[in-house]
Amino acid sequence: MIGNKNFVRFDWLIIFLYIALVVIGWMNIYSASLSDSAKGFFDFEQIYARQFLFICLSVVLIIFLLAIESKFYERFASVFYIVSLISLLGLFVFGENINGATSWYSFGPFGLQPSEFAKAATALALAKYVSDIQTDMKEFKNQLVAFLILALPALFIIPQPDPGSALIYAAFVFPLYREGLHGVYLLLGLFATVLFVSTLAFGAVGVAIGVLLLAGIMFYRNRKKRPNFIKYLLIAIGCIAFAFSVSFIFNNVFDQRHRDRFNIVLGKEVDARGIGYNTNQSEIAISNGGWLGKGWTQGTQTKGNFVPEQHTDYIFSTVGEEWGFLGSMIVVLLFVGLIVRIIFRAEKQKTQFGRVYGYSVAAILFLHFFVNIGMVTGIFPTVGIPLPFFSYGGSALWGFTILLFIFIKLDGANYHHG
Amino acid sequence: MRKIVLIGLVLLSGVLFTARLFYLQVYDASPDSLSQNSAIKVMYDYPQRGYMFDRNGTLLVSNQPSYDVMVIPKDVKPLDTLEFCGLLKITKEEFKEILHKARVYSPRLPSVVLPQLNKADYASLSEKMYKYEGFYIQRRSLREYQVDHSANVMGYIAEVNNAIIDKNPYYQMGELIGTAGVEKEYEDVLRGIKGVKYIQKDRFNRDIGPYKEGVFDTLPERGNDIQLTIDATLQKYGQELMVNKRGGIVALEPATGEILALITAPSYDPSLLVGRERSKNFTKLWYDTLAKPLYDRVLMGEYPPGSPFKTLIALIGLKENVVTTEDAFSCYGGYRYGNRTLGCHSHPSPLPMIGGIANSCNAYFCNVYKRVIDKFPTPQEGIDAWRSDLMSFGLGDFLGYDLPSGKKGNIPTSKYYNKIHKFPEHKWSSLATISNAIGQGEVLLTPMQMANFTAAIANRGYYYTPHIIKNIIGPDTIPKKFTEKHFTAVEEKDFYPVVEGMHQVYQRGTASSIQIPGIEMCGKTGTAENFTRIGGKRVQLTDHSIFVAFAPMDNPKIAIAVFVENGYWGSRWAGRIAGLMIEKYLKGEITRTDMEKYVLEGSLEAEYAKPYSGQPFSINR
Repeated sequence: MIGNKNFVRFDWLIIFLYIALVVIGWMNIYSASLSDSAKGFFDFEQIYARQFLFICLSVVLIIFLLAIESKFYERFASVFYIVSLISLLGLFVFGENINGATSWYSFGPFGLQPSEFAKAATALALAKYVSDIQTDMKEFKNQLVAFLILALPALFIIPQPDPGSALIYAAFVFPLYREGLHGVYLLLGLFATVLFVSTLAFGAVGVAIGVLLLAGIMFYRNRKKRPNFIKYLLIAIGCIAFAFSVSFIFNNVFDQRHRDRFNIVLGKEVDARGIGYNTNQSEIAISNGGWLGKGWTQGTQTKGNFVPEQHTDYIFSTVGEEWGFLGSMIVVLLFVGLIVRIIFRAEKQKTQFGRVYGYSVAAILFLHFFVNIGMVTGIFPTVGIPLPFFSYGGSALWGFTILLFIFIKLDGANYHHG
Repeated sequence: MRKIVLIGLVLLSGVLFTARLFYLQVYDASPDSLSQNSAIKVMYDYPQRGYMFDRNGTLLVSNQPSYDVMVIPKDVKPLDTLEFCGLLKITKEEFKEILHKARVYSPRLPSVVLPQLNKADYASLSEKMYKYEGFYIQRRSLREYQVDHSANVMGYIAEVNNAIIDKNPYYQMGELIGTAGVEKEYEDVLRGIKGVKYIQKDRFNRDIGPYKEGVFDTLPERGNDIQLTIDATLQKYGQELMVNKRGGIVALEPATGEILALITAPSYDPSLLVGRERSKNFTKLWYDTLAKPLYDRVLMGEYPPGSPFKTLIALIGLKENVVTTEDAFSCYGGYRYGNRTLGCHSHPSPLPMIGGIANSCNAYFCNVYKRVIDKFPTPQEGIDAWRSDLMSFGLGDFLGYDLPSGKKGNIPTSKYYNKIHKFPEHKWSSLATISNAIGQGEVLLTPMQMANFTAAIANRGYYYTPHIIKNIIGPDTIPKKFTEKHFTAVEEKDFYPVVEGMHQVYQRGTASSIQIPGIEMCGKTGTAENFTRIGGKRVQLTDHSIFVAFAPMDNPKIAIAVFVENGYWGSRWAGRIAGLMIEKYLKGEITRTDMEKYVLEGSLEAEYAKPYSGQPFSINR
């Protein structure tokens, strides 16, 4: 099955970018977790040694993924989806509670996090449903089913609780939009986000005044077209009602720690030693890098363990401190290059299944990249999700590897048939 | 549109992150320097301060180790305050006050809790120090004085204040800096360079080893030793002679401008300003506003010079060609002008120049002075020409010596007289300033300036800027300005009659009582009237006793000015002291033991107490 012909048809640029990110990622994990107590390189008590093991296992996984017939993924998409839903539900019974979240199955010293694998399964299931001849994304019924497919795993993940991982399922809006979902959904989402953030920043009353002013100006400017006053009023009232409900939910439904995370980014409460500590230390570490950084394993903030969770969610702060602006830019460019290349290849797909899946991969990687680096550089609230291929963790690395290499396989088959 | 939204967002976020990273890492990269980094602790290693030696190599001051208890307020954890205060031997209130001040200065930078512990206190404290987080002991080097004199020359070191820290980033709270005397003037030479160690810390503020294996660490560099021009024997002897008197002695080596002795009295033992008693002792010295032991009378005191100034009037008379050595002037028990008389004592009359100097005839110098001023079309031009001649002797301005204190003295200008006489509404003539002729009036000199013009006379026409530095042991050499000759406005030939006159003073004139066998001295006595204010009233006090001299007459080795406040006539105290100092320096032993006994046992304390007694008192007795 692994004919020479097939093998060379893989998109080697994507594979190169993947390898580059994994290797650079490991070097930074090595630096962030370096300690004097290590008993040699293969001491698997050490974080970097374990990550090395995970990377080796990924290679085995990749060979498997590429060896399997590409039709297999489309055919068994529903099975993968159902299995991952069951594994998510199973957590409520058999899950291991680590750091306050029941997100893990534990196998001796290692744990497995099903939410990392559910992304690939959901992408396959969504691609399969959307690419069905009978599915038309312009129909409301089909839209509802598609939303259900992506919302179910998210709904199971939220109560673990792991709202960060659940948030990622919002990425599936992008492939759906590409396949004909009305743009109004994207705009509505965007508008709701803007209103949401403004409400937190300026308060519900402030937003109400702003909305009324804006509506008044719009109405006045369009007065020659005899605009429907009732329509303007209803939209304005809708917005204001949304702002007040956001305010209500934020103050009465959210936990204090969630509120704090938003308030820090909005600059409302600065408490460098308390809740803002992570972000603040991460920014200090990055600032210390300067143009060229302090050099690999030379970061003072990194060595002093000032940034919590530095080898996992905050790994990019090590890049910032030790590799400087130059190194950070290379990593950002590698990610941007990888995602753009995936979208480019997705557009080239002969099948709708391949295209939807490719878009899903790009969108998921993008959201992880955006939210994670946004958080580490202090322009986005603290949302605990890993940086793909970079952050420490077997489940995350394997989850992303599976997600990416299924697409590489689909893409390769595409070459073959073309 | 549907194809480009996601790509657009990806590229946009790339741009956003680039901008953010640029802002954080390049534009706003403030906490970059090692000292600002919260992960790096900076430790200093203080070098030994350079030693000071006298001109003969006698050690004046060395160092002793001392230990300061320091605190970094943000690192302080709850502690057993009572036990800690017991160890430090301070009260709980004092401790709280110190901690509060440290926190106000900076929570992150070290402040001193208790300075200058001795070895014994350090030993008992050091083994318990581990219990008190945020506190540590900093080793420093403190001065150890080998002599009990010359405090005014050596000066002292003290903790830096905020003004210095703001101006000079080298210094940190609690560090020591030269604050007076040679310690201040040669701070950069003596100080050395402190060593620095960067320690990597983790987020619990624990040391986890040297930062980058110590590549940025530096070793302390010891300060350079310096040799001063003063003679320790002479300093010690001078200080003994000045016991119970106020005033000072300046002795210069005319051939080099080196300061052989610089004594102010009363003074203090320099060891008082070292150790834990330092601030108590300093306060005591500072608030002694009558004797003013911290006030350097020889550099800061501006006095009417009295009769020694007459030698300069004679020189200027010759220089301006208004008098010859043969011109004789009559003395009518004084100098008469208008319906007033400036009195004189009894002596032969009339007198030419040499006799005038030897007998210190007031009338003679009033005549010469008047001729000098009246040589010019207006008294204004006359005064300014006279002033410019005097300034060539280093008077009326800072001399430029290497000690950080001094005064200009006063050589009045025409502007000064125009102002006090309200010119041009009221005209004034040379007679209005006639007191200048005899070193009274508006003229004021510091004892250092008197010694300097005496050195210029000894050299017959030039002087070197007086200086205290003889040799910097190390790479530096002494500043070039101390090896340049300054010529006076008066020609060499004009000095011989004045020198001869000064020799006559010693041979048969006003200082004949202090003759020392085997020493050919030239001198000039001075007895200066002076006044103070008591309860707003101007009251005359006993005259100041003044003497300037150089010896030997040919090829002089020492020029000296002695000033004794309220000592009455010139040869009574100042003349005797100058004679003894010269003999000590030239011969190393004293033959005039009678004179020595008189001076050592004599006291003027009763004289100084008079104005404060509240009773009427008589003067010049």
